[in-house]
Amino acid sequence: MSLPFLLEIGTEEIPDWMILNALEDLRAAFVKLGIQHESVQVNATPRRLVLRASGLPARQADSVERVQGPSQSSPPQAVEGFARKQGAAPGELAVETTPKGEYYVFHKKVAGRATKDILSAALPGMVLGIYFPKTMYWTGKGGPRFIRPIRWLVALLGGETVPFEIGGVRSGNLSSGHRRLGAKEIAVTCADYEQKLRDNCVILSADERRQRIVDGLAGAKVDSALLETLVYLTEYPTPIEGSFDPQFLELPAEVLVTVMRHHQRYFSVEDADGKLLPKFIAVMNIGSDPEGFVRRGNERVLRARFTDARFFWDSDQKKKLVDRRADLAHVTFQAKLGSYKDKAKRMKLLVKELGGKASAGRAADLCKCDLTTEMVGEFPELQGVVGGLYARVQGEREDVWQAIYDHYKPVSMEDSIPRHATGRYVALADKLDTLRGCFRVGLIPTGSRDPFALRRAAQGVVKILVEGNMELPLLDLLEANAELIAFFQERVKFYFKDVRGFQYDEVNAAMAAGWSNLVDLEARLERIRGLRASPDFEPLAASFKRIRNILEQAGFEGAASFREDLLEEEPEKELYREYQSIAGQPIESVISRLRPKVDLFFDKVLVNAPRDEVRRNRLQLLFELRREFSKVADFSEIVTTS
Amino acid sequence: MQSFQKIIFKLKQYWAERGCIIQEPYDVEVGAGTMCPETFLRVLGPDPYRVAYVQPSRRPADGRYGDNPNRLFKHSQFQVILKPSPGDIIEQYLGSLEAIGIDLKQHDIKFEEDNWEAPTLGAWGIGWQVMLDGLEISQFTYFQQCGGIDLDLVPAELTYGLERLTAFLQMRDSVYDIEWAKGFTYGDVRYRDELQYSVYNFEMADIKTLWKLFDLHEGEATRLLKSYDPKSPDKKRFPLLPTYDHVLKCSNLFNTLDARGAISVTERVGVIQRVRKMAVGVAQAWVTQMQDVAAEVAE
Repeated sequence: MSLPFLLEIGTEEIPDWMILNALEDLRAAFVKLGIQHESVQVNATPRRLVLRASGLPARQADSVERVQGPSQSSPPQAVEGFARKQGAAPGELAVETTPKGEYYVFHKKVAGRATKDILSAALPGMVLGIYFPKTMYWTGKGGPRFIRPIRWLVALLGGETVPFEIGGVRSGNLSSGHRRLGAKEIAVTCADYEQKLRDNCVILSADERRQRIVDGLAGAKVDSALLETLVYLTEYPTPIEGSFDPQFLELPAEVLVTVMRHHQRYFSVEDADGKLLPKFIAVMNIGSDPEGFVRRGNERVLRARFTDARFFWDSDQKKKLVDRRADLAHVTFQAKLGSYKDKAKRMKLLVKELGGKASAGRAADLCKCDLTTEMVGEFPELQGVVGGLYARVQGEREDVWQAIYDHYKPVSMEDSIPRHATGRYVALADKLDTLRGCFRVGLIPTGSRDPFALRRAAQGVVKILVEGNMELPLLDLLEANAELIAFFQERVKFYFKDVRGFQYDEVNAAMAAGWSNLVDLEARLERIRGLRASPDFEPLAASFKRIRNILEQAGFEGAASFREDLLEEEPEKELYREYQSIAGQPIESVISRLRPKVDLFFDKVLVNAPRDEVRRNRLQLLFELRREFSKVADFSEIVTTS
Repeated sequence: MQSFQKIIFKLKQYWAERGCIIQEPYDVEVGAGTMCPETFLRVLGPDPYRVAYVQPSRRPADGRYGDNPNRLFKHSQFQVILKPSPGDIIEQYLGSLEAIGIDLKQHDIKFEEDNWEAPTLGAWGIGWQVMLDGLEISQFTYFQQCGGIDLDLVPAELTYGLERLTAFLQMRDSVYDIEWAKGFTYGDVRYRDELQYSVYNFEMADIKTLWKLFDLHEGEATRLLKSYDPKSPDKKRFPLLPTYDHVLKCSNLFNTLDARGAISVTERVGVIQRVRKMAVGVAQAWVTQMQDVAAEVAE
């Protein structure tokens, strides 16, 4: 008999961003139970995590356990005793050959456990084992921990309840509907569960909730992160359109959009040219707004927030950015690294050291000043942007205000780098200063802990240097801090491998030939990628690996000079002549000529010649060859298939 | 239209019917209802408690001279503590909104993650901000720790922002235009507070005097805490509540100095630590003081 299984963990509102991971955890824990099933699916709303499976057996299959008894030579009493203990007649025993001899055995039938019993025992641990980044207790100290209080539990196998209990809540067949539009208690079965929820204004499927929102967005910009948030913040989402006074459009679009999107969770609406319209789309957690209460309420809230923003804008203008520099002494950058005033001072010096012009110095001087404004106090995610906008109205040069505006860029690998050189110098100085400082005082990221977002900062440095085509000596900028250098090495690898799609061995090979100048590194990687298409490349790479091994085994690190007169055999003379004729030329143009000579050399010549002089001379030839062609990459790092 | 005070009456009535003691505001200046002994100390220990009160809450840095329609130096919180939290606490909370005239079938309610933390009190909790048609009207917190101590019972704390809630219900764009009582607006009652405290906090507070006061209150609190002996048979008499008043004074002075721009980066962390040390000290002493009382009752 095959049964459906339904588990619903009814909770108070779970933070939206934790839900998907929790569901995957729940699914994995179920699968791990090893109960046979045909299908399993997980769903969630803010108030319920749900797992449904089909095709579970009512019982696990019966099994047979082999119990070994006394040896065949034992007295009959012993045999009878064993049989009695197993609840069998002596005639039911069998005799089997074991490594120790002939023994009585009994094949005991073990009935499979009822699936219900297995689930009943496993479910509490399975539920409480779901990982959440931050948990709470609610029944008192020592009680169960979960992301939010568990208020009901539905656990049904076929038509039966799977009994278990967590924190005083017993499982049953009673679910719960929408907080205000549905019934508080709903009797459900595996078959009617989803429909019963729907009847009580809960849409279980995230896809369906998403579609309801998207359908109402007509014209609004679909911000996918916001969309996902709203999908998991609602059980019955319904979009509604509202509007705001067009006079607020005088405020920068950046501010308006941030208020709408991040603070109010509204979608902003643009016209065909990408110009902001005085409209928004909010998503309610109810079905309709016949009286317009919700629309008017949201409009009023937005008006208040925009009024606030205008108030901040006006009041911030009373003190120019340039006059706020001293105030930065009151804003902590990091306890051990001082204030933002200190940081700005260091950044200004660093910009100069990097080769930035006076305008970059000016931008570095001003770029942190917006941290003292009310606007950034209210909208921290707009730091930089606000400074840039203020600098513009306060008459700073275009490249200066744009540099301030852009100096946190890139905030992710997908984000673009600052638009001009000025901004790039400031962004580099900001990130490098943070990295140097944090590493100096031991704030080094470990595992997933990276509170100062140093990985992102280093990644940003790499991206700006490469994509900004800035040939700066990165290694010289890292204060000879071995940990920081190793940290950057990882980020450079990551960038070229995962972001740019180079093969890992290409990256290793190119970096082995140096990685301080990332622009040069990129050019060499492009060359390796081109070379890889050549049929001569992999065999030559294999030869270089062989050369490296020979040199390493011989402990050879280069002799004083190479002597042509010590060359004995023809293939080595040929290799030497070839090497002489192509030295200094790009490897692309010589690879097809070089490869046969190297192959021939290894075919015919024994490096370990009996005469030490000759041997050392041959090693020297290989050494120089390797050095010559390792300027692009250490080809011995290439992983060859042959 | 319901006046500001009518809404307060209704909330008091609602929570009184659900077993809450209705307290009056605490008479030492605080930054939030949480800091009142009725919350900070009562959530500690194994004894159930239920209380509700309005608490004027002072945030010197938030003052705007009465110019900003939504920001106040002193706003009014309606604070509810239910210890332990009942299983239907959210239903009860939603019921309170209905009691003040909000039809939740016609309005949009969302619970958005917002965990509360007060480093100066060694306190934190898990919860939400409650959004009504896009407006944050309440903070809802399950306390987990207070004074650095894991709580025996998990209290639910509900904090309603009364000015916002009233402005919402009265459909006013400015806090100052809401009707406090018939014939009196909020501005009539509170505008001068906002203006004068802003002037004092931002311009005229004497930094040296405030520091001196801070040191004096800190000295008194510290002196008292040092002399508390958890083994003394007389410890029930020990004035922990007055000690805590001095801690609250320090906290408010710190906030005022901060608004005045008088606390440097290097000082800041240190001052927070000083306040925290006192607050945690009082909380820990309070737990031991109660334990004995409980044991005596048991005998």
